[in-house]
Amino acid sequence: MGEMLQVRGLTKKFGGFTAVSEVAFDLDEGEILGLIGPNGSGKSTTFNLIAGALTPTAGTVTLEGRDITGLAPTNVCHKGVARTYQIPRPFRKLTILENVALSAYFGADGSISREEAWKRAEDALDLTQLPVDAQSRVDGLGAAGLKKLELARALATQPRLLLADESLGGLDEKEMGQAADMLSHIRERRGITIIWVEHIMGVLMRVVDRCIVLDHGEIIAAGLPTDVAHDPKVVEVYLGTDAESVQSQVAGRVAGASETVGA
Amino acid sequence: MTIPTLIKAAGFLAILAFPALGFSDYILHIAILILLWGFIYTGWSVMGRFGLVSLGHGAFMGIGAYVVTMLWNHAGITPWIGIPIAVVVSMAVGFMIGFPCFRFRITGHYFALVTLALSEVARLLIVALRDHTGGSLGVTPNSVISADNPTSFIAMQFSDKVIWFYIVVAVWIAGLIVWRAVDRSMIRYAMEAVSQEEDAAASLGVHVTRTKLIVTMISAGMTAVGGAVYGQYQLYINPETTSGIAISLQIVFAAIAGGMFVQLGPTVGAVITLLLTETLRQTVGHDVHGLDVMIYGAMLVLFIIYMPRGVLGRVIEVFDRRAGGPSGPTAQPKPQPGE
Ligand SMILES: Nc1ncnc2c1ncn2[C@@H]1O[C@H](COP(=O)(O)OP(=O)(O)O)[C@@H](O)[C@H]1O
Ligand SMILES: [Mg+2]
Repeated sequence: MGEMLQVRGLTKKFGGFTAVSEVAFDLDEGEILGLIGPNGSGKSTTFNLIAGALTPTAGTVTLEGRDITGLAPTNVCHKGVARTYQIPRPFRKLTILENVALSAYFGADGSISREEAWKRAEDALDLTQLPVDAQSRVDGLGAAGLKKLELARALATQPRLLLADESLGGLDEKEMGQAADMLSHIRERRGITIIWVEHIMGVLMRVVDRCIVLDHGEIIAAGLPTDVAHDPKVVEVYLGTDAESVQSQVAGRVAGASETVGA
Repeated sequence: MTIPTLIKAAGFLAILAFPALGFSDYILHIAILILLWGFIYTGWSVMGRFGLVSLGHGAFMGIGAYVVTMLWNHAGITPWIGIPIAVVVSMAVGFMIGFPCFRFRITGHYFALVTLALSEVARLLIVALRDHTGGSLGVTPNSVISADNPTSFIAMQFSDKVIWFYIVVAVWIAGLIVWRAVDRSMIRYAMEAVSQEEDAAASLGVHVTRTKLIVTMISAGMTAVGGAVYGQYQLYINPETTSGIAISLQIVFAAIAGGMFVQLGPTVGAVITLLLTETLRQTVGHDVHGLDVMIYGAMLVLFIIYMPRGVLGRVIEVFDRRAGGPSGPTAQPKPQPGE
């Protein structure tokens, strides 16, 4: 286990507040790992720690056998890790194509030609079903489009590990389904290992191989999606937030998840 | 040949033919100053256009002017060697001020304030070292030219304004070429990304600090060349005219007023500032000390509010819209891959 990523004892304190506490997990190549938990449970902070945007208070992150703990974000990117932001951060003054092309170019640390960078950008836009033309501007994108642009930019860096933060946030039911399919499609086509963060279980459950549930910065459950959804602690966390709707949601999800697993 | 190329070629020929048109020395002098300041403003805009607003370029100009003159006066080193040395010194200072700022993410107003301090430090240093620099009285490069011997290549001293005109044209064009090279390089994309979303740019593999340092050092080096040429042309420099807040503010104002996002914008800024100072000089004279600085300050505020893309930027915008081009208010020249 853990040939792609090993996280050990990962801890982050903001002053006296512990946002992430002793988080540990392994990730194999080609896996999709779901990282779920209610708002404020430390999911984005975990991403920031892996991607180098934050320095851990304690713990280690090992990527493909090499210790990357505390590396700067730029260097982590060049080691093959790309991340998206929960709240999209597009370069608004550039076109969509330029956003993605510069990601391809600098993601490869300038080791590729411009032609190659633009080619990779077109490819990533194609994969995320965004317009590939040279004129389309970021302003024309809605919530779903901006989420896709986050993904396209990350993919253009040709990562081996993709950290996708709440790619479903702000999407409607149909768009969620499409986004989920897109992620599993990306894994199949590119063999990219993915950690997928979401605060709702939703469609995520039918796509991920394994699941980790965070609550108050700690892992409270880990395992197959079906098992995790049945886990009493998980049910309690989600019941604790908004009781009625969650009960029915969990039931629906378990049904959906077992369908996929059975298929 | 495309129409823009034709216009460019015609403009270039017109500039080359300018001294032959029999204008007075005064007009030639104004033309030289416009091109020289146009070059310095172009140098500023190489970084300013990416939101790295430096209020410290007076320091780089002062380094250019004083390093070259001091080397000549005290060590007899020709400006031809002095200028490269000044450029290196200026880039080193740019690095020393830029590195901590960029490393610790001092941006926006805070960066402007740090650089503002730099420009005053440079001015005060020149004054404090008065035994060597002549202090606030200024200094003259040791003259080797006279009525009999009007030209010294080795001292870079020429009494003929036509020679200076062509030197300054060459410097100005070199500046435009550097501006264009940066504009068409991937550095532009890196800087656009960094200036808009620094964290996202870093997470996508952009070396943020390194890229900012590169544009800062290019800009600092260009400004030092400008300061050096200014000193050689005027054959007199003083701390007020080559460094300090007044000059720094003038540089920022001119680049923004002309338009820092277009290649010829800073040159248009030079025309604007020169007309302004000449008009002030002829109407008010030198009686009201600091009036020009106050006017620059006030106009800078007005431009930033009402015409942030500058005069030339605005003109191009209007033309583009008339022509029904795709460029909106935020449109910028879009280089294609491989260009
Ligand atoms: N830079 C920060 N400084 C202080 N507290 C933070 C910071 N970033 C996150 N937090 C806190 O850490 C907790 C976890 O946040 P986050 O990882 O964003 O949660 P999630 O992504 O699971 O919703 C929250 O309580 C949040 O307020
Ligand atoms: Mg989050």
